[in-house]
Amino acid sequence: MLTDMLTIGGHTFNSRLFLGTGKFSSSAVMKEAIAASGTEMVTVALRRVDLNNPEDDIMIALDRKKCVFLPNTSGARNAEEAIRLAHLARAASGSSWLKLEVTPDPRTLLPDPVETLKATAELVRAGFIVLPYMNADPILALRLQDVGAAAVMPLGSPIGTNQGILTAFQIEIIIDQARVPVVVDAGIGAPSHAALAMEMGADAVLVNTAISVAGDPVAMARAFAQAVEAGRTAFVAGMGSRGKQAQASSPLTGTLATDLGFLA
Amino acid sequence: MQIHLNGTPKTITTESMTVARLLQELGIPAASVVVELNKTIIQPDCYAASSLQNNDQVELIRFVGGG
Repeated sequence: MLTDMLTIGGHTFNSRLFLGTGKFSSSAVMKEAIAASGTEMVTVALRRVDLNNPEDDIMIALDRKKCVFLPNTSGARNAEEAIRLAHLARAASGSSWLKLEVTPDPRTLLPDPVETLKATAELVRAGFIVLPYMNADPILALRLQDVGAAAVMPLGSPIGTNQGILTAFQIEIIIDQARVPVVVDAGIGAPSHAALAMEMGADAVLVNTAISVAGDPVAMARAFAQAVEAGRTAFVAGMGSRGKQAQASSPLTGTLATDLGFLA
Repeated sequence: MQIHLNGTPKTITTESMTVARLLQELGIPAASVVVELNKTIIQPDCYAASSLQNNDQVELIRFVGGG
């Protein structure tokens, strides 16, 4: 479906699968998984240089011609820290793409809605293309798009839990109301979860742990690509509605029982 | 003099230490990092001219895998 493209921040994407680059066993596996996934957007984090490994640089393994780089602000506990990280990310990447993450509680890694909204507004003013990671709160999604978020990224379930879409009801409302793309992020643990998000009408999904820690990350990346494509195709095709009562798939007229009556 | 490098105290014996020289001594390719000096980002073309002072807070940051 060449016409079914996704546009975020003025950039057009063919693939609706975004990939996180954390927790891969090696750069070689990561590189192969990125290729197998067909992704055109990868996230990266910023950390202090490991002075014992001064030449260990993930950017060597990543092809910036094929993928948009989406630096995150992971580790930020409030708006101020996130904004500091955002400026470092822009200096390091030379681009303004940013996945805004403000997670004050390391136990749950749930995003702080107040600080996220504050930081989004300020970073948009500073010219960033901001994709905020958020709880699946429909009101917050509207507030974030009002202050200029380029997309919203509601969580399916907490980061790294592989629990799937536990927030389906709220995400449906977010999708229904959104004027910006909705990227379901966090907790997607299986291709079926990604397919479900796409069937619901999400514009994209962001997956990391489920692929990077899989037995075979490259094969899993391929499975996610297929699931995202299947889910998207199903959404565009238009899904039938759910009902409580049986609706026969086969015609109810012309059966032997009706015509011959001997079983009536 | 002493600086704080990535949160850890580091004694510098060289006189006229600069950001460029620090990176070189640590074996860090300059293009692979972003440098923050006392919470201000230093542009790469200023590394050679940025002298370090006693108690300076230097952060060397780079991209790593993340979600």
